[in-house]
Amino acid sequence: MKTIQSKIPEGALDKKWTSYKSKVPLVSPANKRKIDIIVVGTGLAGAAAAASLGELGYQVHCFTFHDSPRRAHSIAAQGGINAAKNYMNDGDSVFRLFYDTIKGGDYRAREANVYRLAEVSAAIIDQAVAQGVPFAREYGGLLENRSFGGVQVSRTFYARGQTGQQLLIGAYQSLSRQISLGNVKMYNRHEMLELVLIDGKARGIIARNLLTGKLERFGAHCVVLGTGGYGNVFYLSTNAMGSNATAIWKAVRQGAYMANPCFTQIHPTCIPVSGDYQSKLTLMSESLRNDGRVWVPAKKEDADAIRKGNKSANDIQEADRDYFLERRYPAFGNLVPRDVASRAAKVECDKGLGVSPTGLAVYLDFSAAIQRYGKSKAHVLGLHNPDETTIRSLGEKQVEEKYGNLFEMYEKITGDNPYKTPMKIYPAVHYTMGGLWVDYNLETNIPGLFATGEANFSDHGANRLGASALMQGLADGYFVLPYTIGNFLSEDIRTAKIDTSVAAFTNAEEKVQNRLNQLIGIKGNTSVETFHRRLGKIMWDYCGMARNAEGLQKARKLVQELRNDFWKDVFVPGSTQEFNPELEKAGRVADFIELGELMIVDALHRNESCGGHFREEYQTGEGETLRDDENFAYVAAWFWPNIDQEPELIKEKLEFENVKIASRSYK
Amino acid sequence: MKLNLKIWRQKNKESKGAFEKYEVLVNEHMSFLEMLDVLNEQLIDSKKDPVAFDHDCREGICGACSMVINGRPHGPNGGTTTCQLHMRYFKNGDDIVIEPFRARAFPVIKDLVVDRSAFDRIIQAGGFISVNTGQAQDGNAIPVSREQSSKSFDAAACIGCGACVAACPNGSAMLFTAAKISHLGLLPQGKVEHLRRTQDMVKQMDAEGFGFCSNIGACEAECPKEISLENIARMNRALIQASLTSE
Repeated sequence: MKTIQSKIPEGALDKKWTSYKSKVPLVSPANKRKIDIIVVGTGLAGAAAAASLGELGYQVHCFTFHDSPRRAHSIAAQGGINAAKNYMNDGDSVFRLFYDTIKGGDYRAREANVYRLAEVSAAIIDQAVAQGVPFAREYGGLLENRSFGGVQVSRTFYARGQTGQQLLIGAYQSLSRQISLGNVKMYNRHEMLELVLIDGKARGIIARNLLTGKLERFGAHCVVLGTGGYGNVFYLSTNAMGSNATAIWKAVRQGAYMANPCFTQIHPTCIPVSGDYQSKLTLMSESLRNDGRVWVPAKKEDADAIRKGNKSANDIQEADRDYFLERRYPAFGNLVPRDVASRAAKVECDKGLGVSPTGLAVYLDFSAAIQRYGKSKAHVLGLHNPDETTIRSLGEKQVEEKYGNLFEMYEKITGDNPYKTPMKIYPAVHYTMGGLWVDYNLETNIPGLFATGEANFSDHGANRLGASALMQGLADGYFVLPYTIGNFLSEDIRTAKIDTSVAAFTNAEEKVQNRLNQLIGIKGNTSVETFHRRLGKIMWDYCGMARNAEGLQKARKLVQELRNDFWKDVFVPGSTQEFNPELEKAGRVADFIELGELMIVDALHRNESCGGHFREEYQTGEGETLRDDENFAYVAAWFWPNIDQEPELIKEKLEFENVKIASRSYK
Repeated sequence: MKLNLKIWRQKNKESKGAFEKYEVLVNEHMSFLEMLDVLNEQLIDSKKDPVAFDHDCREGICGACSMVINGRPHGPNGGTTTCQLHMRYFKNGDDIVIEPFRARAFPVIKDLVVDRSAFDRIIQAGGFISVNTGQAQDGNAIPVSREQSSKSFDAAACIGCGACVAACPNGSAMLFTAAKISHLGLLPQGKVEHLRRTQDMVKQMDAEGFGFCSNIGACEAECPKEISLENIARMNRALIQASLTSE
């Protein structure tokens, strides 16, 4: 029986991190210079870690499959980043951010990690400002905030609708500075294809130089994976085309535990699917729910007419609209958490009230906000009896100032003008709360292997709150890992430079080359893309927004069949010894298929509903999630090094000592 | 709709490369890159080598996509990246010529993929604020006016795609470099190193083999983030100031 140790420090919740920091063993500057660290991934979690570790004096080797570290998908985060600054004087505090995150995650996250996240959140904002991140500002020159879902305070800092871009550029600049100083060696267009263990410790990686196709060996005292989430298992998601699970999956195959793989976030406000050719989905920031109201027609005949093109949104009278989030959740209204909003939209569409030709869309309407802002602006301008046109035009200008780039993006994709007719939105896969299991040190069960950001499972439980992904990625990279990594490395100062000519590296390289040869050698008749689409459809149909035991059992068989078909019939053009994007994709899809199966296994075993994991068998009379705290208040960590055997479940019991575990209500 | 494509095919850096013709059937809702996906599926089905192109986020922010469409970087629409361009802007029977970004400092890797690592090296030369993690004071300690912050943001919106270089007959990287210099130099936090940063980045830009600026303005016209030429003027002012005041 395998055991699991979360290594949470003793003491009161609000003292744990402070006392940990003052007691954690240090590595002297002279020794740091002799220690190599590999960081894979250059998104917020990877770039922040690589830069900070470089600043500390470690020898950092940083890898990305992109042509530049700046392209990592953190760049696409729109809405903002949370921090318990309480600049707004609206009752925010570290404890409240902690509490909101635990509750938002439906009581399936580890208290100590989440509290630490809330504690360091304020320092992230300070750091980003110092790096030159141009956050939104009030006229007085101070930082501005807005609200996100699942909370009743304004604690979200933002840079227009491009917060992720600006924060990533900040981290990229810090990383660039360390590269120029020689503390970080950067490897662009390199993909990690194997984790190398020596005496049970993570000591290096095999990476493929994507330009030449050559495999290269890299040794280090420890390895950090900041490689993001695995939403692309679903084929269609808001993730970038290249976002993949290969690095974390190689770790799982080497014995790392994969925690809560079925916890997937389906984001409520995405542009709906419009056709079979579609390659990805585009998110419309949650910040839009600050001002947008979500509705469907109350009458089925109106919805039918809209779907057939005989009526438009503006033809539906106010009384005939159902603002279903405001109706069902009066306390939080349109700003309920993502899982709740997504499910509610699905319920309405399942009733036949959807508003796009596919029936899978609801409205996100800004007309009330345009009116409100327009009237207020008119008042400021001293116009006492403004006509309707003036109000609209003033209001549209205000809305444009707040959300201009998002509206523009929507119009570019759909061809519709959201100032005039409501946006159409539908939920889509966005983020994965599951990930590599890590302890308080962000270390996996493999000594010397660390995971940061979305790649780990640690902070968001069964549902992540909006604007918390950027917070977690940067917290892990800037403020947590640089301390906790010392815990491992202080024991390793006598370890010499890792020799990459030893058998462990030779064998690993050979294994990777064999697999690449195998992929090219199948010479079947089906493209990688086709397999990926098929996987996505199985996952979305049976392991998506709603799941049930019967469907999941069926899905597991389907995915296993798909895996067999893939290894018999995939066609990968070209050779392994050249720049070959199809080969890269083939390896990633092969890993997605295996991970998809584990997600299904996890979803099937968790006989309860919580957060983004909605098992149809377990719901309240009102259609809300029904948790089973007695039997499932644990992290499900899966050990699955051998694909031919059943995955083994290891449970980390979750103790709630500082919040009262309660049913999660936003009503 | 049916389209006639003429696409630049080049096996690797060393080989010569040439245009090849393809026909593809698409619908108007597809994005330009989805149109290329359809073409690549066709090529793979007939066991041919698909067209290599850089792409990732497909929502106009990562800056990976980089192609010249009918002579214009990122295609015919202003303020748009290739991934945000939709086929509704084309019509049945159209001829479309697709080439990589061409500049001496951006060598072709394969087909439409070019090497833009010179941009990274320009940033490494000084495109940052020298602050270590944990050294920062409170975020509200230095007020920054809304206008100043907004101007800085306008420059910081650069996605590093390189369209400015591809658009410029001289292959100049002035707009890219100036955008970074403005982004940081307009903020009080970045002022301290402003002049030195400008000198260092410009020096690296020249070393990478980018051409000089002759005030043509094609960079601004083709920039998918509509970054203004004003930034170049700001950079030039700083450069002159630096040459008069620094060692």
